[in-house]
Amino acid sequence: MMEFGIIFIVLACVFGLFMAWGVGANDVANAMATSVGSKALTIKQAIIIAAVFEFLGAFLAGGQVTATIRKGMIDAELMAGSPELLVYGMMASLLAAGIWLLIASRAGWPVSTTHSIVGAIVGFAAVGLGIEAVHWAKVGAIVMSWVISPVTSGAIAFLLFLSVQKLIFNTDDPLANARRYVPVYIFLVGFIVTLVTMLKGLKHVGLELNMFQSYLVAISVGIVIMLIGIYFIRRLKFDPNADREYHFTNVEKVFGILMMVTACAMAFAHGSNDVANAVGPLAAVVSIVQNNGEVTQRSLMAPWILLLGGIGIVAGLMMYGHKVIATVGQGITELTPSRGFAATLAAATTVVVASGTGLPISTTHTLVGAVLGVGMARGIAAVNMGVVRAIFMSWIVTLPAGAILAILFFFTLKGIFGG
Amino acid sequence: MPRSYISGLFGTSPISPLQQHMAKVQATVEELLPFFQAALAEDWEKAESMQQLIAVRENEADALKRELRLKLPHGLFMPVSRHDLLEVLTMQDRIANKAKDIAGLMLGRKMRFPDTMNAPLLDFVDRCSDAVSQAQTAINELDELVATGFGGNEIDLVESMIDKLDTIESDTDDIQVAVRAILFKIEKDLPPVDVMFMYRVLDWIGDLADLAQRVGSRLELMLAR
Repeated sequence: MMEFGIIFIVLACVFGLFMAWGVGANDVANAMATSVGSKALTIKQAIIIAAVFEFLGAFLAGGQVTATIRKGMIDAELMAGSPELLVYGMMASLLAAGIWLLIASRAGWPVSTTHSIVGAIVGFAAVGLGIEAVHWAKVGAIVMSWVISPVTSGAIAFLLFLSVQKLIFNTDDPLANARRYVPVYIFLVGFIVTLVTMLKGLKHVGLELNMFQSYLVAISVGIVIMLIGIYFIRRLKFDPNADREYHFTNVEKVFGILMMVTACAMAFAHGSNDVANAVGPLAAVVSIVQNNGEVTQRSLMAPWILLLGGIGIVAGLMMYGHKVIATVGQGITELTPSRGFAATLAAATTVVVASGTGLPISTTHTLVGAVLGVGMARGIAAVNMGVVRAIFMSWIVTLPAGAILAILFFFTLKGIFGG
Repeated sequence: MPRSYISGLFGTSPISPLQQHMAKVQATVEELLPFFQAALAEDWEKAESMQQLIAVRENEADALKRELRLKLPHGLFMPVSRHDLLEVLTMQDRIANKAKDIAGLMLGRKMRFPDTMNAPLLDFVDRCSDAVSQAQTAINELDELVATGFGGNEIDLVESMIDKLDTIESDTDDIQVAVRAILFKIEKDLPPVDVMFMYRVLDWIGDLADLAQRVGSRLELMLAR
C-alpha cells in the first residue's frame, strides 16, 4: 500500500512548502503590521527581523502545535487499517489551506491560516473517515481557544497600556521615566518569550533543561537583551524642540527601541504558531510513510520538517510578503510605538503561551483583540468596528471553505492513488 | 494590490482634523483686530480686504468641518464620544461664523464708533481673541490626552488650561461692561439706529469669548467619562 511512499512524501513536502509560502507571503505582514505601522521599524528592518525570528520561532518552538495538528485532532487508532486515507487527507488539507490562502490574499480578505488548516482537517476527517474519527473534544478546545485568545490578549494589552500610562506618561518627567522603565519592559519581553520556549522543551535540537535551568536561561537572555536595549537608548539623541508640537515625541523615541524588541518577539511567536499549521500535516504524512503505514507510532518531530516550514515562510516573505508589509506601513498612521508595543507584546505573549499548550490559535485574532484592548484603555483615537466585524466574519467563513476544498482534494487524491 | 487587514482596523483619527479646524477658526478670529484697527481709522479699503480675508478663512473652516463630519461614521470605537466631538466641532464653527458676522456688519454699515471708545474697543476685541486662542491651546492637548489614555497629569494640565480660559472670559465680561458704560453715557447724542447696531456689535464680540468658553466646557465634558 505504501508503494507510492516516496511520491507521497515529495507531494506532501511540495504542498507543505506551498502552504508555508502562503503564510510568509500573507500572514507575516499582519504579524509585523503594528511594528511597521508605528514607524519603529523600516520596511527593510521588518523583513530582516521577520525572516530571522519567524524561522527561529518555527524551528525552536513550533513542535508542540505541529504535534496537535498532526495527531491531536484525529483519532489515529481508527485509521490503523487504512493509513493511506490519512495521508490523502493531510495532503488534501495542505493543498486546500494553501489554495484558500492564495484566493483570499488575492481578494484582500482577511483569513486565518490556523482556521483554514483546522477547517480542512476536520472537514476531510468528518466526511472521508467518518464523524467518529474526529476528536471533537480536542477540536472544541481549539475553537474555544479562538474565543479565549483575543480576550486574553485584549486584557493583557489593556493592563500593559495602563502600566505604561501610570509609570511613564502620567508622571512629571515622562522622558526620564521612559528611560528608566523601558529597559524593564525589554527584559520582560525577552524573559517571557525565552521562558515559554524553554519550558516547552528543545528536545529536538538536543537540549534538555529542568525548570530551574529554564528560568536561569530566560533571566539571562532577558538581561542580555535589556543591556543591548539600554545601550541603544543611551545612544538616542533627544531634541527638546520636537516636543513642542506633540509633548511625547522624545518619549516615543525610547519606545521605538522597545518596539523593535517586541517585533522580534512577535515574529518569533508567529513562527512558532503558524509554521506548525503548514508542517503539521506534512509531519503526519512523513511519519506514516516512514513507519510503513503505522499510524499510532509516537515519533519525535523531525527537525528537518520544521526547517522546511521555516524556509517556506522566509521564501514567501522575500518573494511577496515585503509588498504587503510596505502597504501596511503606510496604512497605519494612528499607531505610536507606545501603543504598538502594548498591543504587540500582548498578542505575542498570548500566542507563545498558546503554542506552549499546543493549541493552534490565530495570530491575527490575538492582534485584533490586543488593539481593542488598547482602545479600551482609551489609547487609540479610532478603531473601526466595521472592520473588526468583517475580520471575525471572514474567519468564520474560512472554516467551511477550508473544509469543502479539503474534501474535494481528498476524493481526488483517493481517485488517483486508489484507496 | 497586496494589503493587510490590520491597517483597516485603525480608523482615521478625528482628533487631528478637529485641531486643524480649531487652528483655522483661530486664524479667522486673529484677523478681527487688524480689521477693527482699519475700520476705526476709517480706512474702508483696507477694512474690506481684511473682511474678505476673514470670509475666506471662515469658508476654509467650514470645508474642514464638513470633511470631519463625513469622517465620523457610526461604528468607530473612540476614546471620546462621537456626540461630544461633534458638539465641540459645532461650537468651534460658531466662533468663526461670529467673527465673519461682526466684520460683515461693520463693513456693510460702514460703522463709526465715537473716538472715546476706540482704545477700550480694541482692548475688548483683543481679549476676546485671547479667549479663542486659549481654547485652541486646550484643544491642542487632545492628542496628548489620547497618548496618556486620558490619564491624571494630562487631565490636570487641560483642566488648568480651561480654568485660565474661564479667567480670560470673565475679563472680557468686565471689559464689555466698561465699554457699554461709555456708550451708554453718550448714546443720546448719536443716531439711534447706529447706537442699536453698536450694542449689537459689542454683544457679538463678547459672544466670541463666550463661545470659546463653551468649547472649553465641552472639552471638559469629553474628559469626564
